[in-house]
Amino acid sequence: MTAAPSTPSNAQDQPNPQNIVIVGNGQAGIQLVDSLRKEGYAGTITVIGEETHFPYQRPPLSKDFMAADKEPKPLPLRAEKFFTDNDVDSRLGVQVTSIDRAGHTVELSDESSISYTTLVLATGAANRELNVPGSDLQGIYGLRTLADAEAVHARLDTVRSVVVIGAGFIGLEFAAAARKRGLDVTVLEYADRPMARALSPVMGNWFAQAHLNMGVDLRLGEGIASFTGGGSVDSEGGHVAAAVSTTGETYPADMVLVGIGVIPRTELAEQAGLAVSNGITVDSAMRTDDEDIYALGDCANYPSHHAEARTRLESVQNATDQARHTAKSILDTHDAGRDYTELPWFWSTQGDLRLQIAGIAHPDDETVLRGNPDNGKFSVFCFRNGRLAAVESVNQPADHMAARRILAQERNLTPEQAADLEFDFKAYSKAAAAGV
Amino acid sequence: MAKVSFHHNDGNVDVLEVDPGTSLMRAAVTNGVAGIVGECGGQAMCATCHVYVRPEYLDGLPEISEDEEEMLECTADPRDEDRSRLGCQIKAGEGFDEIEVDVPASQI
Repeated sequence: MTAAPSTPSNAQDQPNPQNIVIVGNGQAGIQLVDSLRKEGYAGTITVIGEETHFPYQRPPLSKDFMAADKEPKPLPLRAEKFFTDNDVDSRLGVQVTSIDRAGHTVELSDESSISYTTLVLATGAANRELNVPGSDLQGIYGLRTLADAEAVHARLDTVRSVVVIGAGFIGLEFAAAARKRGLDVTVLEYADRPMARALSPVMGNWFAQAHLNMGVDLRLGEGIASFTGGGSVDSEGGHVAAAVSTTGETYPADMVLVGIGVIPRTELAEQAGLAVSNGITVDSAMRTDDEDIYALGDCANYPSHHAEARTRLESVQNATDQARHTAKSILDTHDAGRDYTELPWFWSTQGDLRLQIAGIAHPDDETVLRGNPDNGKFSVFCFRNGRLAAVESVNQPADHMAARRILAQERNLTPEQAADLEFDFKAYSKAAAAGV
Repeated sequence: MAKVSFHHNDGNVDVLEVDPGTSLMRAAVTNGVAGIVGECGGQAMCATCHVYVRPEYLDGLPEISEDEEEMLECTADPRDEDRSRLGCQIKAGEGFDEIEVDVPASQI
């Protein structure tokens, strides 16, 4: 912390924001534009995106976008007409290079500057990069932007064997899509189970088996040690030909997809002297330690009501709900308090498996199964200190939606009820949501 | 191409020509049809592309999946037992060449 947290604001003390500048035009930034206008904000809005492409949705890029049967098209976050109708100054292909907090201006890479009354950092995250020997060979891809996805999709038509580094959501979504195209897929994961950071051990282990059943050669406890090149492409430094794991195994690789997590984009905030700790530190209203600067989405570290800890989440839900909240914080139009308390939820589509998560699971939660894992339709209920904390569901959307209702209302149920298929969880959740 | 008409509460209508295989949600979001959000990108996770299909176009539409069924119970505007669908689950050329839907007043 470089400064004391700002005190909760009071409508009368706040100047009416006239010039809002948003850095980042992903899900969080664009939802914020939408919400500011819906809240009645009539001042100027500038939204700055470093990619040249119009704002688009990222989640489909590792899923539907990788299918073989069509020319993939990105899904826009909003139509072009949205920006003109809402009088938004959308700057594409330009970066913010620095923030002058005292002068209330940002400098851009095109050497222009923009003044702000309120600045919002919706800078997202960047892929973590590998630095093992051979990481700079051709044919090694990350998957985050549309440009990444287009490059990978184009390459998939010409390859036989794919090695995926990291069994997280992106890696496994991609692995399942590549298997569906009939490719040989190896996944190297350093941890002893997939998605270990986000899932209960029981669900992680179930997914490991499910991927093996799909024909994915999932190697757990085996990280990447190096890549070796071949002479197939006349590029500088050569093209990847194989991946060598930490146990010394060699896997042929016509291409490699790296999905080893992300790093929040905090460099601007750090340069400007804002508090940063695994993301840009914000309060429960999404405000940084500068009262005129907010941060939200993947790049923001906020006090999570449901996790009961400071948290940084990477999800559509987190980005859009925080954007709606931030708009109200900026305009001081909160009617239900300034504390952000939305329930986190997530999903991942891996082949025919649809994983849905409500709440935030911890690896040491007590877990109870509802339904039969052998049928491929079941849920894991995670309890912490005797309270329901999270529910993970596979192909069981009714459980997921019921869990969202229960957790949002902070209602509890017993592990015995959770496991009992005679117990009508859906009806119970609806009664809870109705306040019964 | 299929013809898709989005009717708004104020009487305005957006009429789109849509490529086969393209969902109503994608067509609406791409063309800036007000009131259709598609927050989850067409994964039947968010119910922000809720539409009311006009009765004469209901026949022949694909059945409501388990995922869609659950989300239809969570729409911002009340579900109509017969007419409510998610726009992301209805695709041009799959059961219709022409369709008319009413856009709900709210999606969130």
